Order: sequence, then C-alpha cells, then structure tokens
Amino acid sequence: MLSYIVRRLAIAVPTLILVSIFVFTLQKLLPGDPALVMAGEDRDPAAIAFIREKYHLNEPILIQYAYWMKAVLQGDMGISLRTNQPVLGLIGDKLPVTIQLALMAIVIAFVIGVPAGILSAVKKGTMIDYVANIVALSGLSVPNFWLGIMLILLVSVNLGWLPASGYESPFVDPLRSLKTMIMPAFVLGTSLAATLMRHTRSAMLGVMKADYVRTARAKGVRELAVIIKHAFRNALLPIVTLSALLFGELLGGAVLTEQIFTIPGFGKLIVDAVFTRDYAVVQGVVLCAAAGVILINLVADVLYFLVNPRIRSTL
Amino acid sequence: MHKILLAALLAGSALVSPALAADLRIGLQDDADVLDPDQSRTFVGRIVYTSLCDKLVDITPELKIIPQLATAWSWSDDGKTLTMDLREGVVFHDGTPFDAEAVKANIERSKNLPESRRKSEVKSIDSVAVTGAYQVKMMLANPDATLLAQLADRAGMMISPTAAEAAGADFAANPVCSGPYKFVERVQQDRIVLEKFADHWNADAFHFDKVSFLPIPDTTVRLANLRAGDLDMLERLAATDAAAVKADAGLQYAETVSIGYQGITVNVNNGDRAKNPFGEDARLRQAFELSIDRDALNQVVFEGAFAPGNQPFPPNSPWYDKDVPIPARDIEKAKALMKETGHETFDLEVQVANNPVQTQVLQVVQAMAAEAGFNVKLKSTEFASLLAEQSAGNYQASQVGWSGRVDPDGNIHQFMTCKGGINDSKYCNPEVDKLLDAARTSNNEEERKAEYDAARKILAKDLPIIYLYHPSWIWALDDKLEGFVPYPDGMIRLENVKFRS
Amino acid sequence: MSATSDALLPVAGTYRTGSRAWRKLRTNKSALFGFTIVTFFIVLALLAPILPIDDPAATSWSAVRKAPSLDHLMGTDEIGRDIFSRMIWGARASLIAGVISVVMAVSIGVPFGLVAGYFGGWIDQGISRITDALLAMPFLILAVALAAFLGPSLTNAMIAIGLSAMPIFIRLTRGQVLSVKTDDYVEGARAIGLTDLAIILRYILPNVFAPVLVQATLTIATAIILEAALSFLGLGQQPPAPSWGSMLNVAKNFLTQAPWMAWWPGAAIFLVVLGFNLLGDGLRDALDPRET
Repeated sequence: MLSYIVRRLAIAVPTLILVSIFVFTLQKLLPGDPALVMAGEDRDPAAIAFIREKYHLNEPILIQYAYWMKAVLQGDMGISLRTNQPVLGLIGDKLPVTIQLALMAIVIAFVIGVPAGILSAVKKGTMIDYVANIVALSGLSVPNFWLGIMLILLVSVNLGWLPASGYESPFVDPLRSLKTMIMPAFVLGTSLAATLMRHTRSAMLGVMKADYVRTARAKGVRELAVIIKHAFRNALLPIVTLSALLFGELLGGAVLTEQIFTIPGFGKLIVDAVFTRDYAVVQGVVLCAAAGVILINLVADVLYFLVNPRIRSTL
Repeated sequence: MHKILLAALLAGSALVSPALAADLRIGLQDDADVLDPDQSRTFVGRIVYTSLCDKLVDITPELKIIPQLATAWSWSDDGKTLTMDLREGVVFHDGTPFDAEAVKANIERSKNLPESRRKSEVKSIDSVAVTGAYQVKMMLANPDATLLAQLADRAGMMISPTAAEAAGADFAANPVCSGPYKFVERVQQDRIVLEKFADHWNADAFHFDKVSFLPIPDTTVRLANLRAGDLDMLERLAATDAAAVKADAGLQYAETVSIGYQGITVNVNNGDRAKNPFGEDARLRQAFELSIDRDALNQVVFEGAFAPGNQPFPPNSPWYDKDVPIPARDIEKAKALMKETGHETFDLEVQVANNPVQTQVLQVVQAMAAEAGFNVKLKSTEFASLLAEQSAGNYQASQVGWSGRVDPDGNIHQFMTCKGGINDSKYCNPEVDKLLDAARTSNNEEERKAEYDAARKILAKDLPIIYLYHPSWIWALDDKLEGFVPYPDGMIRLENVKFRS
Repeated sequence: MSATSDALLPVAGTYRTGSRAWRKLRTNKSALFGFTIVTFFIVLALLAPILPIDDPAATSWSAVRKAPSLDHLMGTDEIGRDIFSRMIWGARASLIAGVISVVMAVSIGVPFGLVAGYFGGWIDQGISRITDALLAMPFLILAVALAAFLGPSLTNAMIAIGLSAMPIFIRLTRGQVLSVKTDDYVEGARAIGLTDLAIILRYILPNVFAPVLVQATLTIATAIILEAALSFLGLGQQPPAPSWGSMLNVAKNFLTQAPWMAWWPGAAIFLVVLGFNLLGDGLRDALDPRET
C-alpha cells in the first residue's frame, strides 16, 4: 500500500510539470498583449515598456518559463499584474471561499442524492425508481448558470428572500454567510446530487444482494433496519470515496457558479484573470487547482483501493 | 489563513456592537485595480479614490476647475509657470502633514516611479519648486492648457510621502492619502472598505462612518442587491432598468451625460488593412455615417437614456461645434455617395468587444447600414485582443469608446494627431495637427474653441472615427439618501451626502 | 460535468452484443424518451431552413423585447428578432457543437488510448502523463483558456470543447484495452502471427466500441452544456447568428424586463441534454453484460 502511494506521488511530479508547461504555453499563446491591457486607456508607451520589462514579456518563452519555475520552486508565485497583490496570498484568500461553497454543495448533494439513491435501489424497477432517476438526470442536465440566473430572478429579485450576490465569511457573520451561499451551493449541488444518487443506487444494489443482507432479512429484521443498518452502512464507504473524487469536479463547477453569484472565490479569480490576461494569476491558480485535483484523486483512489478489493489487481 | 483567525477574533466584537447606522455600501460594476493613484488605470479605481484621496484641484458638475488641496493658483504670462497656494492644516491619514514638499514629492513620484502610469499626464512639468511652506511653482517646458484638468484627476491626487517612501511600488497594499475616508481593507473581487478620517480638513461635510465599495459586474444582480437593501447606491445602472427604478418609490434615479463617447474607429492608415476603399475613401465612411439613425439606436438599445453624438464632445458640452450637428439619416444620399465611389454594396468587417451591450449596438448599426448596401460583418473579440489588434492595425473598423477627460484636449488630441499616442486609425493631417497643437497650449478658451471647431470641420468630413453616442452615467440610490450630485465624470462625491434623518 | 466520474463506473463491453443490446434499449422507456427528445431536436434543426418561420436575423425596432404573443410565439429579443425562429436556428449551433466536438474528442482520444494501452512502456507512460495533466486542470477552465486563445467563435468553442474532452477518451480506451489485452483470444491472435494493427482493429477495437459509445453519448450532453457555458461567457457563437448559450448571455441583462428571453434557451438546453443523458444511460444498461 505504502509503495503504491509513493509510486503515485512520484508520478504526480511529472504530471505537475506537464501542467505547468501546458498552462504556461497556453496563456502565452493567448492573443492580446497583457502590457497593452495593463497600461490603461491612455496606453502610455513608457508604461507599456516598463510592464514588458518588469514581467520579462520581451524574453523568449523558454526564459520566461524558467523565471517562473525558479520563483515557484522558491515558493513565489509572482504578483497579480492587475492589482499588484501576491498570487499566493490571493489563492489563500480565495480558496477558503470556494471550499466553503464546495462543502455546502456536497452537503446539499448528500441530503438529496443519498436518500433518493437508497429509495431508488430499494424500489428498483418501480415507478419510484423511474421517477427518481428522471429527477436525478434532470439535475444533471440543467445548465448550472441558467438555474443560477433563474433562481436569482425568482428568489432574490421577485421574492426578495435571499441576497443575489456577495460573500460573508462564516466566522464574521454565520447567518449572512449561510444566506449568501445557500443558493449557489444548491445550484452547484444539483448536478452532484444526481451523480451521487446514481452511485448510491448502484452501490446499494450491490450490497442488497450480499449474503449478510439476506441473512438479516431471513432473521426477520425489519426492512427499514435492514436497509439502514446492514445495506447502507456497507454501501456508504464507496459512496464517500466517490464523492471525494467529485470534490475535484466541484472546483471546475464552481467557476460558473461564482461568476453568476459574484462570489469572490477561486473560479471567479481565474475567469477574470483569463479575460484580463493576468498571467501570473492564471498560472498560479491552475497549478494549485491541478495539484489539488491530483491529491484528491490519490486520496480517493487509496480509499477505493482499501474498500474495493475487486479492483486491486488492475492498479 | 491568518485572515480567518483575525476575522474570528473580530467576530466576537462584531456581535457585541451591531453595525453602525451610517454605513454606506456602493455597488460598482468592476473591481478596482492597483490602489495607487500613480499606478492605477481603471474607472472604478477613480471612484474609490474620490473618497480616499484628495486632489490638488477638483471640478464642478459644469467642469469648471475649483480648489481642493490647492486654494488658489495663477499662470505666469508666458504660460510656463503655474503657482499654487496650498491649503494649510491638512494631514495625511498617517499623520504626515500636507505641505509644499509633499506636493513636490508627489509630482516627482508621478514622473519618476517606474510603475507610474501618469507620466504622460505630467509630462509638461519640468520641475517643481517649493517657494514657501504652502506654495509651489510648477515649471513647464511648454504652455499646457490641459495641466489643471490633469491635476483634477489621478495626477493631482496627493499620497503621503512618508508612506510612499516606505512602501515604494507596494503602496497599493495600504494606500495612505488625505481624503475624507481612509483605507481599512480590501478583498479582491469582493470589497474595498474605507472609514471616516476624523482629521480631514472638511470632515463635517462627510456623514458616513464607513464606506464599502462592492464590485458586482452583473447589472441585474446589482439592482437586485439595491432593492434588497444590501446596497445603498450603485453606479452604471443599465439604461433598460431606468424605467423600473424611476417607478420604484423606494429608489432614486440620477443621471448625467458623460464626457466620454462610443464610436467606430476606422483604420485609415494603419498598415495593410487600411488599404481598402473604406479606409481610403472618406465618401464611403460618410455614406456609412448617413445610414445610421443615432436617435433610433439610442432608443432601441438604451431606451433614450444616452445622448446621440457625432463629435468627441457631447452636444451639451461648451466645446461641441454647433455648426456640425448630428446628420439626419439619409439612405438615398448614402446610396448616392456609394455609387460615386463605384460601389452598390460594400463588405465591411467591424470588430467589437464580446460584451452583450456593445454587440447589441453593433447589430443595430449592422441592420441600419444594410439598407444602404453595407454588408457589415461583426468580428467579436475579447477586449484584451481588441486592443492589441487595434494598435497593431489588424482591423478594418473597430467599435471602441473613451471614458472622457475634463479638458477637451484629452478627447481628441491623442486620437487625431499624427503622433497621437492612441491614434489607432493612424489618421494624419498636418492641418489638424497644427490646430490641435495650438489648442492645447493656449489658456484662452475662445481661441481654443475656434481651433477645435476648425479641426472638427475637417474631421467631420474625413471621419477617422465615426462617433455614435455619449453614454450617460446612471446611478440608482436608496430613497433614504439625500444630497447626491451627479457629475459628468461619473465619480461619486460623498460631500454632503447623507441618510435622511 | 458528470462525464469523468461516470467514466469510473465499471463499463465492460463485450463483442457482438449488438442485437441483444438493441432489444434491451427498445424496452427501456427512459432511453426511448431520451431518443425521442434528441430526434425531435435534430429534425427541428435540420428543417430550420424550410420551416415557415421568420428570418432569425430580421430586426424590428418597433417590436423590441415584446412578450410572447400570437405574432411571436416566444416573444422577441433585444433588437426585435423573433425568438421562436432563433430557437430553432440555435438548435443547429448547439447540436452541431455537441456532436462535432465529441467526434473530435473521440477521433483523437481513442487512437491515443489504443496505442497507449496496447504498446505500454514509455509510450504509455508519456501519453498517460499528458492525459493526467490535462485531466488535472478543471475541464471548464481548460475550455475557457483554449476558447480565449483561439478567439471567440462557434468553431473555436467546438475545438476547445473537443480538446478538453479528449483525455477522458484516452483514459477510457486505454483502460479498456488493458482489460482485454491479456484475454485468450488476443494472446491467440498474437500467437498465430497477426500484426499489431490487425489485432487492434479486429480484436481490441470492437471491445472498446461499446463503452466509448456510451461515454460519447453522455459527453455530447456535457459538450452542449459547455458550449452554452462558453457562449454565456461570450466565447462561443457570435452575433447575429443564434445559439442557445449566446441567447442566454444576452438575456441575463434583461432578466427583469424580458424574462422570456432567458426561459426558452435554458429550457431547450435542459431538454436536449436530458435527452442525451437518458439515451446514454439506456445505452450503458443495454451494453452492460453484467446486468440482465
């Protein structure tokens, strides 16, 4: 097991280097001159020249990459061209926001997805199963951003129940934090709930056939107790494992959600940075996100490996 | 992470003392950039500075220059020396006194800081001499009629020399000025918070304890926040929301025509892509202009809230040339002009930033021009690429605007002179150069007006830029606010603004 | 967004299951429902030029942002165009974007996956690391960056989506190849001296086909949403040509005055994506040999 983890971590290094090369090349290829954007409306030639010089924009791309990598290895991600703030600090500021959003989305997804999945598995083949499946797929099929603007229109504009945008730290004002986050978390959670429901269903179907469940049933244990105590308990671990994987996807999903609800998180940071050609921020954020995804995948795989001996041979 | 800890500690006190009543929350369309007047470049940044940093001089809603930190000023006869008397008893937020030395340090920083984006604005200042504790003389290489207007904006903003020296280019992390509000915190893309500076020279005129600026790009969401009471006022209300705000008893509506413009810049001389009939033959551009109904455009896209225009200055400006009014739409004349140039129809590619409002404007123009025989193809690009393409000359025509400057020179000189810094059409006409150069060095308004009029008459025929309209700044405010005065520069001046008691 | 996680669900394909799968698919009500939706939109998109509807680009200054009525069944948009007609023409953009980008992802991803899985060694190492790296970058971010790099247009959005979706197919194909490579009949084929290419084409590819088909159907759903998302960010279909995503992008500025501008495109995206998801699910069940 330990050697597996070590091997995976060793593989992560070249992967991360590749990510860094991809993101660096990709954004160097982006059309538009960051110096022009950053110089402002007047486009003062002196300012343009200075920006090019300061951020090594005149150097060959390989040299630029070397400058960046050297700094990154020393723990310096550079500063935002737009606001002069250090990228690492920005990431530190934004990450908790997105993590809060993602956690709340996961909670919502669990609350909806898991019971629906259990119900669907228990009532397999009935109308309930059918309806639950359609509902779950609907959650998966509705475009996040559309659901977002429709909810803003209904809940914030027409009903005035929840704020349409903004963010408050839960440590400062927990109630307001909840109020501003609940809608975006719901939007983000719907698609996740669908995936979770289907995982739960298939995991439940798997364990319901198992001997210990049959035994429990034969012993006359009440059906509800069988489902909760025996079947669900055993199905839970693979469900949790898979949700760890989904966490990585949430980072991606948060991009649009944050844009719609004006939440100052990771996703909004990167989209704005791409559009304003804020190179250092794009590079730093993508690299961090990729490292996070790799780490989460590793944790999930290890968990999956532990609970699912069936796949051990294929690793 | 330490921020969270700090926030957790603060949470305790926040629970004890409920939020103060005199907190003002303002919704902005974008997030500001670097919070350093010498380095910043965004419009919303200037809105924040209006409360954070005092300037040497300010403007009235009629664009007259009035005292702020400078109480009086005079020009030498040759127009090369500007003497300014400074306000006494002013201190910066860090306690550093404001005096002539501070002004000198500030102007020199604008000129010399490598990161400075103000260099071209203060270029005419050769040196600054301290001629008294509260008097400076600015020595100019050449007469510069635009200088006072520059000093009424970022170039004239005074920052604490002590703080500037200590922080260098990192000043933005904790900006220290002398304005009515001082910096508290900034969370990028979320908020900028200022609090009242009790030692401000005019503190009695400012009534809020705390002012927060919240960037909310989506206009609908911004308005929803105002309606829900999460904002007290917002800038740049969508023109199409104006009717709803006016009808809402809980809200106030304020607007004024801006000093900026939106138009179509034509590549007339910028590289190979200028070598096409539209770039080479002014008659085609005239025909294109004649095909556009600017009033209808304003009605369809902005519900009539903006001002149609055909010059770099809006029709209500004293600099507007009344002899060249907005041409009425005339399809027949447009067709006739096209025929003269030998074209029944003409294919034209116009690049436009990929935001919904600008593309809507261009789609209306596209439909209008089609009736005269122009097949307009829209090329949407991100704003970042649009600028690069434009300055590289890789465009036939480009929809772009200008936020406007207080002095008329700022709206025309750099676009229309041969060596103008942002003359992307590369229009070059020595006669226009002569007129515009002369206009920027004279302090006589009548002479200047005559020179601008003469230049405008040439430009109205040559049409390197086809002006379309002047946006209006539109604000929506909670009804409980009073005292807000709209300014054509779009800034939010909080002097005498307060909650109704 | 579900595509990557669904790929992790075990989907094993077997050779020559076609007719049995088809029978199963036909009796699956959900799948049939999905099939019907998808077919409906495809037919609508194909018939757009001959349907008796308004010109989708015809503007009318006197009918700007009018609510649905008999004249304009779905209302008019911000410059007085008929939304109903733009919806139908927009179906073309969305469907083409979904299908073409997935075709692209499959036609690049599957060969790479085959090569990586079949040959193993450093080729596999190289391809797998690149795949890992691409998959480690959030899907949407990759697509946004690619679309920005290529410039905003429908074609470029398709390329961006196709490239972003490609690594899923590399990984899926590679895994599938690994699981059949050691099967007896492949070993046998090798023993009788068949060339690598012949083995891949005759024995490996058919086994890859079923899971790729399922994944492709599900990815079309994701791709349609992604095209809409890119258009929503201003990076997809450009005006005046309609696509559902770009219609939403404009509509969000008129939510309070003209909410119908946002209703229709959103609902259409939802329906067509639901259709592909149902169909993909049905295919998965039908082609899964484990369930009977």
